[in-house]
Amino acid sequence: MAEITLIEGLRQAMDEELARDDRVFIVGEDVGPRGGVFRATQGLFEKYGSGRIIDSPLAELSIIGVGIGAALYGLRPICEIQFADFIHPAFNQIVNEAAKMCYRSNGEWTVPMVIRAPYGGGIGGGLYHSQSLEAFFAHVPGLKVVVPSTPREAKGLLKAAVRDPNPVLVFEPKKGYRLIKGEVPEGEEILEPLGVARVSRVGTDLTAIAYGMMHHYTLQAADALAQEGISVEVIDLRTLLPLDKATVLGSVGKTGKALIIYEDNLTGGYGGEIAAILADEAFTDLDAPVRRLGGPDVPAMPYSHPLQDWFLPNPVKIAGAMRELAAF
Amino acid sequence: MKTPTKETLLEMYRVMLLARRLDERAWVLHRQGKIAFHISGIGHEAAQVGAAFALERGKDWFVPYYRDLAMLLALGLTPLEFALGLLGKKGEPSSGARQMPSHWSLRRANVVSHSSPVGTQTPHASGIGLAIKMRGDSAVVLTSIGEGSTSQGEWYEGVNWAAIHRLPVIFLVENNVYAISVRQEQQMAVATVAEKASGLGLPGVTVDGLDALAVFDVVSEAADRARRGDGPTLVETRVHRLTPHSSDDDDRSYRPREEVEAMKAGDPLSAFEQRLKQSKVLSSEKQASLEEEIGKTVADAIQAAEAAPYPEVSEASYPVYVEDIRRG
Amino acid sequence: MSTQVIMPQLGESVVEGTVSKWLKAEGQPISEFEPLLEINTDKVDTEIPAPASGILLRVFIAEGQTVQAGTILGVIGEAGEPVPEAPPASTAAHPTSPRPAVAEMPSPAPEPVREPAPAAASARPDLGFISPVVAKIAAEHRIDLSLVKGSGAGGRITKKDVLAYVGSIPAAVPAWEQPASGELFRPSEEVFGGPPKAGPAPGDVIPHNAVRRQIAEHMIRSRRTSPHVTTVMEADLSRVVAHRQAHKEIFARDGVDLTYSAYFVIASVAALKAVPWVNASWTDEGVVLHRQVHVGMAVSLGDEGLIVPVIKNADQLSLLAVAAAIKDLANRARSRKLKPDDVQGGTFTITNHGVSGSLFATPIINQPQAAILGVGKMQKRVVVIESPGDDAFAIRPMAYLTLTFDHRMLDGAVADRFLSVVVERLETWS
Repeated sequence: MAEITLIEGLRQAMDEELARDDRVFIVGEDVGPRGGVFRATQGLFEKYGSGRIIDSPLAELSIIGVGIGAALYGLRPICEIQFADFIHPAFNQIVNEAAKMCYRSNGEWTVPMVIRAPYGGGIGGGLYHSQSLEAFFAHVPGLKVVVPSTPREAKGLLKAAVRDPNPVLVFEPKKGYRLIKGEVPEGEEILEPLGVARVSRVGTDLTAIAYGMMHHYTLQAADALAQEGISVEVIDLRTLLPLDKATVLGSVGKTGKALIIYEDNLTGGYGGEIAAILADEAFTDLDAPVRRLGGPDVPAMPYSHPLQDWFLPNPVKIAGAMRELAAF
Repeated sequence: MKTPTKETLLEMYRVMLLARRLDERAWVLHRQGKIAFHISGIGHEAAQVGAAFALERGKDWFVPYYRDLAMLLALGLTPLEFALGLLGKKGEPSSGARQMPSHWSLRRANVVSHSSPVGTQTPHASGIGLAIKMRGDSAVVLTSIGEGSTSQGEWYEGVNWAAIHRLPVIFLVENNVYAISVRQEQQMAVATVAEKASGLGLPGVTVDGLDALAVFDVVSEAADRARRGDGPTLVETRVHRLTPHSSDDDDRSYRPREEVEAMKAGDPLSAFEQRLKQSKVLSSEKQASLEEEIGKTVADAIQAAEAAPYPEVSEASYPVYVEDIRRG
Repeated sequence: MSTQVIMPQLGESVVEGTVSKWLKAEGQPISEFEPLLEINTDKVDTEIPAPASGILLRVFIAEGQTVQAGTILGVIGEAGEPVPEAPPASTAAHPTSPRPAVAEMPSPAPEPVREPAPAAASARPDLGFISPVVAKIAAEHRIDLSLVKGSGAGGRITKKDVLAYVGSIPAAVPAWEQPASGELFRPSEEVFGGPPKAGPAPGDVIPHNAVRRQIAEHMIRSRRTSPHVTTVMEADLSRVVAHRQAHKEIFARDGVDLTYSAYFVIASVAALKAVPWVNASWTDEGVVLHRQVHVGMAVSLGDEGLIVPVIKNADQLSLLAVAAAIKDLANRARSRKLKPDDVQGGTFTITNHGVSGSLFATPIINQPQAAILGVGKMQKRVVVIESPGDDAFAIRPMAYLTLTFDHRMLDGAVADRFLSVVVERLETWS
């Protein structure tokens, strides 16, 4: 058992899948000799060559569009968008093309591709290196949207995404790339199923639902609340689309209280969908209003340190929201 | 350079005639209130048929756009399949009657599904070209588009990719001068779309799209280049749009009737018929019997499609994901 | 066979069109696809080709009229074919005409009616906010939420509160008096029996055992010795139920079963302290007021009869200690390990006949004591909660308590005072 970082989990996943299946290739900006600006593809160019680790032009829509074409031909592209904030030019390709291909061709054409995009704030990235965009894509049937939170999940979910026959977006919590470390067995196939959430902490007083970096902050807050005698159950969603509703409903059915934590803007964020599902399907299990803790509704995260802190949920803010909900 | 045989020439004529008669009947069906939409390829048939016959059908790949009825018929789409699409009937092969008519897809002929927003298909063609190159296959991919759509960033990015990696792609532009109502002068400052190629680093050729054999020759040459590994070619065919943009359009508001009448005088179908008659490939008797046979084919196809059932409403719920695909 | 001429929908957003000109008159022949009329719409002006060959039999829509897409404009058919003077009431239905599609929407099959979310006590503003889950649990268990103490914000009844309350209700526990194992008490009828009937009916003879003989002898002696009088009161056990629910897990950690009997022992001790005349014995010399409080608890031994072990110095024991003592004595009673001292020296006795469903009974005094407390079955009953100008019904866990006393020593008022203290202690438990 070795302790590795989250980004090492991603790197191992790509390395193993490249070795396993010669249809797999990587395309993106600076993924080649540079090994990616975050070094997620470090060493892969040397190992697999320029034929399979392809530095793209600085043009996001064609990273995805070309990936779609290759997938239609039968290959398994892993497309890296350098920062999720830069994915918008490719929105049409992802939403109108990749997501709809299977449906619009009645299953004749499919797009087995992975789109990796580092997301989230807390790294001094300002408006355009901090965005959380999962809600845009989790709205689109035909896509799968995955957000790993631990090194094991990063490795296991990315490997599963590569093998999935559908277009899968993997939003990677970049603040956690090197911050989050965890044990991942060596010499063992790590595959984590898509569409399955994980109860990462068992509790009785309320359910806290999070993903990505917010999942770690939520666990920290839950630890703090345990000292106060408040027992928080924490769910790491892992896959936002398709959502593991059973786990969410099961936990909230038990605790009667739900808090959803995400760092996207509050309004229209993914937590709103969870809240809607709970209102719709768990109404008579609720002992308190469903609460969301998200980023403020300003266009994006500011750069300056105190302004960034103001924007982002953190363990203290989360613990406060938990305390309030527990006392309801 | 290959030369079409007499049989090939006759077959090219037959497909052009079939396309014309089906297209005309689609307009009638629309005006009779029987179908919701038709988008026409009348005036484009020579370019499409010339291009399709220059490639190896069954081996090469096609990423078409919505005016390509004649190209699709050349690739094996049947009149009944087209009619089923017009009427939104069960068994329509492009999309299972999910998409509007003339949104092609025909897996058995390597024809990839496309959408309605224009230009999105161009990067797909480059992706297919990339995959062909990565796999060391000898196929080429042809993607077609209108001149207006070459204003899209997706088109530039897609062509750029193919040029950088010298991919086996033919970018066929069917330039009918009108993007619905907006003329070419307001789409680009260059006189021909082919000129755009020089800025992207690939050969650009302009050819008379009313001349099926001229297009056949140019596309054959482009295919040879591609198969040799010398990369993509931009082929601009100058064609006439003899109808309004679609059944929803009335072109009398933006173009003079004299222009349309003058274009009709240079109808590519008549021109090809005259040429084949002059070269004794086509006799008047043969032409009359073809006309009669196609008239019956079209009538039978429409009748059969009108009698065909609509899809089951339950079919609308799938296949969102590959896991949902149901055959038969 | 006639064919309808229909106003097409010329464009995705177009809903109507105007007949600008009929190119054929009624009675004229026409071929399929031949131009029949001209129309104009918001998006397109166009000729409409004939949908069939034949005679234009009827024109319904005159030139200049504007009609919805899908409207029947006229009819083509064979000469002499009868045609209606007016178009059918409903317009033709086809996929491009928006109106009929809407008009022909079938009414949806009736959906199974979902049970409305229970709103148990939402009409009781005094209870504060009742959350959906609390309302649901209250409805399922038919709970009067006014009995449930709220621990949430502003005294709101939380899910935990109502679940704790539900867990304390006897329905949730098969018998409300089951320490360690089996029944602890038996009904007094069985325990004390009645006077034997004159002539026993013929049947099998079961020989008396020693215990049975002792019981018989004791019962007769007691009835002969003391003039028995019984007084009855009822107690609201809501607070005892809630207290027990809240503490039984804590007690369980110490290996103690927190039984209701323990509460009755403590309540009795309080009353014995307040009314010491009940903690007494009759002698010819005078009434002996006992300094110590030793409370006996009747324990059934099944077919072998019953025994009354004694909790010594019960007034010095906490609820936990009482509960522990009860468990210990009951266990040893059933395993026949009681020592003689365990069953001697009692100054007062409690019998819990409610365990077998008895509401109230008149047990026989355990000589030489002054009285015996009978505990009836706890039942939820509707009671009136009195409050000036605002009386209300409430559902409460109630039990009848009886005190059967020796009228030689005690008068009714003293007995009632004693029983009042027991009731008060139980009802104000905290």
